[in-house]
Amino acid sequence: MKIRDTVHFQWYKTLFVVVLLGLCLYTSIRATKADFGQLVTNIGQVNAFLTKLSHPDFNYLPRLVDPMVKTLKMSALGTVLGVLLAIPFAFLSTTVVTGNPVVTHVFRFFLNIIRTIPNLLLAALLVAIIGIGEATGVVTIAIFTFGVTSQLIFESIETIDYAPLEATAAVGANRLKTAVWAVWPQIASSVLSYTFYAFELNVRASAVLGYVGAGGIGVKLNEALGLFRYERVSVIILFIFVIVAVVDNVSESIRRRLK
Amino acid sequence: MITFDHVSKVYPNGVRGLTDISLTINDGDFVSIIGLSGAGKSTLLRSVNRLNDITGGDILIDGKSLTRANKRELKQIRRTIGLISQQFNLVKRSTVQKNVLSGKLGYYSTFKSVFGLFSKADYALCNEVLKKVELSDKLHERCDNLSGGQQQRVSIARTLFQEARIILADEPVASLDPATSQEILDELRKINRTMGKTVIVNIHSIALAKQYSDRILALQDGRLVFDGTPEALTPDVLQMVYKGNAFLNDEGAAHA
Ligand SMILES: Nc1ncnc2c1ncn2[C@@H]1O[C@H](COP(=O)(O)OP(=O)(O)O)[C@@H](O)[C@H]1O
Ligand SMILES: [Mg+2]
Repeated sequence: MKIRDTVHFQWYKTLFVVVLLGLCLYTSIRATKADFGQLVTNIGQVNAFLTKLSHPDFNYLPRLVDPMVKTLKMSALGTVLGVLLAIPFAFLSTTVVTGNPVVTHVFRFFLNIIRTIPNLLLAALLVAIIGIGEATGVVTIAIFTFGVTSQLIFESIETIDYAPLEATAAVGANRLKTAVWAVWPQIASSVLSYTFYAFELNVRASAVLGYVGAGGIGVKLNEALGLFRYERVSVIILFIFVIVAVVDNVSESIRRRLK
Repeated sequence: MITFDHVSKVYPNGVRGLTDISLTINDGDFVSIIGLSGAGKSTLLRSVNRLNDITGGDILIDGKSLTRANKRELKQIRRTIGLISQQFNLVKRSTVQKNVLSGKLGYYSTFKSVFGLFSKADYALCNEVLKKVELSDKLHERCDNLSGGQQQRVSIARTLFQEARIILADEPVASLDPATSQEILDELRKINRTMGKTVIVNIHSIALAKQYSDRILALQDGRLVFDGTPEALTPDVLQMVYKGNAFLNDEGAAHA
């Protein structure tokens, strides 16, 4: 059997990829001066870290309730603001509603840009602009939600049934009337579902956002890590984990009912 | 009165939808349009409310040019023309009431439309037209819970609510069973007779066209090849209209 009769007939491509990856690894090790030896010599610290981490200090829990509620409030407010803003933008990003491909493309381009900004970078920028605190968290979450849901919404506008649009055009309705009377009823339940989905994402993200100073539970995480209080870190992580799981489950069951 | 004056339609891709059509439809007429699939029936019907822009000639509604109407005039003309189609064109997730009310979007300001601020009189009219089509009990029912026949009656109610003087129906019974088809056409006929509305129907069933119409138009490849009373629509004419392909049975119904 010759090699070109087997699934490995393109072996040289595989070889090329392996060599390339090897080169990348090597040059990045050189560039960052990574020392794998440290991994072994510092094993004692890892041990200390894991010991503390595995003994969560549950007495700390009551003091976390308040920041967690703040995180949830931030997420909820940010989500609602983001979705409210996303709806008109999503409508303007579909030719169905604007009837103008140029306008549509301009809006889509804008939405694409918004979506490419990473969450943490956005938070860091806004901390610099607005300052440390919950307001920054809310704005970050609103912008992030705006990016995610605007795309989901305009995609669902594109999959609606177009027949009712003809009906509204035929009775002499303009585009805004058509959007409200023929398009919105077809996407309303999806929009609500996306809102819950975004809320899920945001609760998860806002835990991390606090870490860069955008308020909420993340601030506590940052504090505990900075003070090497790993027994607190683990309580915080557990708490976040539980809340995220609860939010996910509740939101998912609501979304399932919306279908 | 609707007047077609040497109307032609060439689609952007070069297909000739209509070629040199001249005809006049009088107020209160019940007119059927027959012809093979692709003959141009929908093109003709949809040019009456300019969902289709014609490329030659002129269409006049009560002596006013539809072709030269500007955006605002067009919207005003469209308010007086109701459209019913094979797929009902309802927002299925909305209630019967909302679908009917949407018939007057052309009359209300954008602000009032967006916030659904309809007048008391119009809510009353909505109930009245639903009573006419025997759907009073379905006011708050979502349209996706209705049968095909009921959905089509909602779209008829919408044109009545719209207070349209002309009703265009593009194959209104093509997706309905024979009994329901009769019901829907009875309804249209009743509206035509009692309210004096002009009704123009595209239809595939020759038997139904003959049974309900005052006048029948036949199209073939975008040309008007027959224009006359149901009695004048003889088997010979049908053979010609359907290019000898008509599967004519004893009742003279073609399943083209
Ligand atoms: N939007 C369109 N673009 C190009 N050609 C079209 C379009 N709509 C219809 N046509 C063509 O015009 C002709 C007439 O179509 P139509 O009016 O829909 O016929 P009918 O309703 O009698 O079946 C057909 O050849 C069809 O393919
Ligand atoms: Mg057709």
